[in-house]
Amino acid sequence: MTDAHEHVFDDRTPGVEEHEPSASYLSYTVGLGLAILATIASFVVSQTNLLWPPGIPVGLIVLAFAQIGVHLVFFLQLGSGPDSTNNILALAFGMLIVFLVITGSIWIIANLNSNMTSMSMQ
Amino acid sequence: MTIATIDRAATAVPTELARGRGGGGPAPKRVVVAYGFWIFILSDMVMFSALFAAYAVLRGNTAGGPTGAELFNLRNVFIETMCLLLSSYTCGLAVLSAERRHPTRFLIFAAFTFVLGAAFLFIEVSEFANMVAKGAGPSRSGFLSAFFTLVGTHGIHVASGLIALIYLVAQVIAKGLPAAVLRRLLCWSLFWHALDIVWVGVFTLVYLMGDYH
Repeated sequence: MTDAHEHVFDDRTPGVEEHEPSASYLSYTVGLGLAILATIASFVVSQTNLLWPPGIPVGLIVLAFAQIGVHLVFFLQLGSGPDSTNNILALAFGMLIVFLVITGSIWIIANLNSNMTSMSMQ
Repeated sequence: MTIATIDRAATAVPTELARGRGGGGPAPKRVVVAYGFWIFILSDMVMFSALFAAYAVLRGNTAGGPTGAELFNLRNVFIETMCLLLSSYTCGLAVLSAERRHPTRFLIFAAFTFVLGAAFLFIEVSEFANMVAKGAGPSRSGFLSAFFTLVGTHGIHVASGLIALIYLVAQVIAKGLPAAVLRRLLCWSLFWHALDIVWVGVFTLVYLMGDYH
């Protein structure tokens, strides 16, 4: 960055609001429609035999991830634009931590439980 | 694209700054503030992940007490889910109206958001009261402790979101829609949308996986 550029951007310090956000009513409405579809699908899948019964938990998890994706893109407006780059990197790191905490806990406790057979047999 | 190209483009058209990748001028305050708040939301998600993990490992530990399938009323959960989803939608429309300088439309959508959020909270609290009355309070079993902690923490978040919404509506009425108020509204909408994302995890893991056909 040269001095010339500093001069050009002199009045563009943080705090200058130079553009309107690109979100639209339509984007929220599309998101709402998709989210409602995913929600209804989740409830239907859990209450019927539409899916092969042992596959229901997996189906529910897939639907939950789909709905979270819809929320991120259409409600939180996380897109591919330059404004979202840092937010998506932070989100990726957050998801890594969430994944480690949840699967790590389930894995460790499952191991612990399977080594406690004398207790669970009663 | 090389850095030189970005710089040239930025010099030619100063309104199209390359942001977020180090090129161009400083990002607008709206983007910087939202990023900081996004970091807070992610840390909140990490906290929720610990509660989700606790629930996932304790869900079978009913200590001879009632199980989820016996306690949960999926019809109410569906209504709660729809309330929160619609309030997320009206919250987005409210912020959009505020950014487009329509204070009246903002107030209408904010009122819808508040009513739907309050309805969610009302159903949740009455479910909790019902469970406690049936002897299925948080002290009954490990499963119920984890359940009340996870769902209750989400409920406390919703309640604080509603209080923050009252505070923001008061600001809009008193100050109109200057940039600072718009940024607060944007952060609040991020918080509200994030709560809906947590709720997707709650109804999937707690209610649907606890009581499927």
